[in-house]
Amino acid sequence: MSTLNQTSRRDFMKIAAAAGGGLFLGFNWSDTTAAPVVVDAKQIAAGSVKFNSYLSIGSDNIITIVSPNPEIGQGIKTAFPMVVAEELDADWKLVKTVQGKLDNAAFERQVTGGSGAVPHSWERLRKAGATARYLLVNAAAAKWGVPAAEITTADSKLFHKASGKSAGYGEFAEAAGKLTAPTDIKLKDEKSFKLIGQSVRNVDNKNIATGKPLFGLDFYREGMLFAIIQRPKAFGFKLKSVDSAAAKAMPGIVDVVTFENSVAVVGKSTWQCKKAREVLKIEYEKAADLESSEDHNRIFSNLMDNGEATVRRKNGDVEAAFKGAAKVIKAEYQCPFLPHSPLEPMNFFAHVREDGVELVGPTQTPDRAREAAAKITGFPTEKITVEITRQGGGFGRRLSADFAIEAVHVSKLVKAPVKVIWTREDDMTGGTYRPAVRYRFEAALDKNGEMIGYKLRGVGINSGNPTREDNFPSGSVDNLLIDSVEHKSAITTGPWRAPITNFLAYAEQSFIDEVAEAAGKDPVQFRLALLEKAKKSPAGEVKYDVDRMIAVIKLAAEKSNWGKKKGVHQGFSVYFSHRSYVAQVGEVVVEKGKPTLKNIIAAVDCGIVINKSGSLQQVRGGVVDGVGHAMFGNMTFKAGTPDQSNFNGFRLIRMNEIPEVDVHFVDNGISPTGLGEPALPPAGGAVANAFYKATKQRLRNQPFINEEAFKGIS
Amino acid sequence: MALFKLSINNRAYSADVEGDTPLLWVLRDNLGLVGTKYGCGIAQCGACTVHLDGKAVRSCVLPVSAVGKAKVTTIEGLSEKGDHPVQKAWDEVDVAQCGYCQAGQIMTAAAFLKEKPKPTEEEIVGAMSGNLCRCGTYHRIREAVKVAASKTN
Ligand code: FES
Ligand code: FES
Repeated sequence: MSTLNQTSRRDFMKIAAAAGGGLFLGFNWSDTTAAPVVVDAKQIAAGSVKFNSYLSIGSDNIITIVSPNPEIGQGIKTAFPMVVAEELDADWKLVKTVQGKLDNAAFERQVTGGSGAVPHSWERLRKAGATARYLLVNAAAAKWGVPAAEITTADSKLFHKASGKSAGYGEFAEAAGKLTAPTDIKLKDEKSFKLIGQSVRNVDNKNIATGKPLFGLDFYREGMLFAIIQRPKAFGFKLKSVDSAAAKAMPGIVDVVTFENSVAVVGKSTWQCKKAREVLKIEYEKAADLESSEDHNRIFSNLMDNGEATVRRKNGDVEAAFKGAAKVIKAEYQCPFLPHSPLEPMNFFAHVREDGVELVGPTQTPDRAREAAAKITGFPTEKITVEITRQGGGFGRRLSADFAIEAVHVSKLVKAPVKVIWTREDDMTGGTYRPAVRYRFEAALDKNGEMIGYKLRGVGINSGNPTREDNFPSGSVDNLLIDSVEHKSAITTGPWRAPITNFLAYAEQSFIDEVAEAAGKDPVQFRLALLEKAKKSPAGEVKYDVDRMIAVIKLAAEKSNWGKKKGVHQGFSVYFSHRSYVAQVGEVVVEKGKPTLKNIIAAVDCGIVINKSGSLQQVRGGVVDGVGHAMFGNMTFKAGTPDQSNFNGFRLIRMNEIPEVDVHFVDNGISPTGLGEPALPPAGGAVANAFYKATKQRLRNQPFINEEAFKGIS
Repeated sequence: MALFKLSINNRAYSADVEGDTPLLWVLRDNLGLVGTKYGCGIAQCGACTVHLDGKAVRSCVLPVSAVGKAKVTTIEGLSEKGDHPVQKAWDEVDVAQCGYCQAGQIMTAAAFLKEKPKPTEEEIVGAMSGNLCRCGTYHRIREAVKVAASKTN
């Protein structure tokens, strides 16, 4: 069972006490069936009741809500309390949010990856708000001697029309706190939402704009030492010997310790450690192939033709379809490795004490950190606390716990509280990249331009399955074969915002564009026809919602005035990923012979939009990320060592390079399906297809900037 | 090691560090002023931007020995109550996503607007393109600078 740790409880109780705490409600994110329960302040303070979230209503009307998921910039610390406040009919100005620093052994949805936090919690948050409202209404009904059903609520106030009575929530908070919560609570009709769907500003804006210590890197502890670690300089190396005498003699250095293949320089300040690391003398030996980018290209070609492929999906008779085809279209697409580059580099604090372990820092997977710490130190997991800080971006990188594990090792070895800090160079060269992948697409058209056969082979380096075999166009083509080959490498990879689809979507949507052109059809009509087919006579199982996909395509076409703008080259793209549907139109204009990406029009179906302001930014940010990495992102290797190590060699998109992004949400009343990732995948395709219209050159490899079409253009 | 006397946010500080230590790390590790962020250490991202006698500088490449008598302003000292027009505009436009780059963005914008109170959009983009935002909040940063400019005078 999950619980809030002591610090969170303390933070919560402080605010609740100041508000003259009356009603306390404990509820859980991790158990859909358990109803919220009325608890008392003493129980929360003592930690004798186990919930991962609480809300309190004070006699001064202040409502305090704990948001338990780690905040990495996806806005849930604002969006979650909004959901509670909606069902509670609370006045948002009176709502305060506390970040829960969770500390539990098995918290089901503590991870913020996969756009899953919001859909996961939707129902539970609503129930918590509705329960609190029910209790207040019943407390008022008892005191006023009127039926509860006649009491209405709005803006943190209770009203009884017939008697003219009214009161603020604070007045009945204490009485409500003495009632028992119902186990079966009725939720609002979604059409009557007032707060949900509005633009609400991020609750942390002020703290961010004034430089408050919110992030992992900002965590300092009295007597804490710093550690900068030298990891093997090439993927495939292992540590042979270390001469640390010179480093140890540098000012401020306390110790140099070695664990696994790492050498940690431990000292009194970040700068001193960084300088001392430069004078370490380390010898490595080869433990695996030291691969270069040229090797990868050769491996791709070889495995594409000769690799033993795992079949991911098969429908109909592909061989026959291609044999009987009037036209066959074939193209290959390739993407490089990418570092995540969150602006806050990896860092973590650990204190291995005599009686247990304290961990503090920016991680999306505290459980992994805890389990690893237990293994290293021998302490049972109950003796290990993890406090989560705000995180300066994640993009998938903070789903790994390697940096937390390092901190545990170092603290254990030097017997002191230690903060491990990665420099930008460490962060960029430290691995767990977006895997490099090459795709080969083949399509068979009959004489009417109908797609009768489709083949996709993905070859990836440490990619797992680089296809998403059930995504579009699967289901819309009778004869289809999707398979994949994986090459194992010493270069480490991991989830990167919208794993696999971050590249697959662009490749597939660009290829579909090629096929539409070969078929002599409009790209939008071509996609719609395929979807019609998936609806009327599906080939095999269809695992996406065809109608929702059609709806975003139509909305994007309408909002972009598709095909009707003079002097504007438009490219279309649509993708279903991470439970949401997004269509995008890229618009390129040629100015003085130079094609420039001006606009992206996005149509988004992520179900009910909770916070309009936050959601709008999620989409814009996702598009900017997708466009930026497609245009510029490139990580290459020489003998196992990355060629790029900082933002001078690795190019991130800047303000002068962004298109305008015009966002339209589909309003369909479906439960929210998350927005941290789905806007990114279609972006590359919209851009590539628009550039094609302008230049007649396909962009088949990322980064686009290195493609022939961009020669002489920067 | 040497003792450096610094004037930061109109207060006197001193730090006993090596002279080549970047101001950024003195602020963070020695003086507890952690609002100034580390992003790259090589003057590429702008997360570490502070004001030196009112001008925006990258504190990650500024050795503490080069600060001398210059007055340093960090995000913590930009305004007393967090109500500098740029800070207010950042809230009004709801700029921050993860928030990590924003102290640097705000410091860059504040110094820029002091020099150019009525900038054109092009000038804003020119001034702000040195600051990276990995979350891609550029549209709103641009908008917030406009809002701040419209409210300053
Ligand atoms: S940390 Fe100074 S510019 Fe990036
Ligand atoms: S808001 Fe995250 S880096 Fe700018």
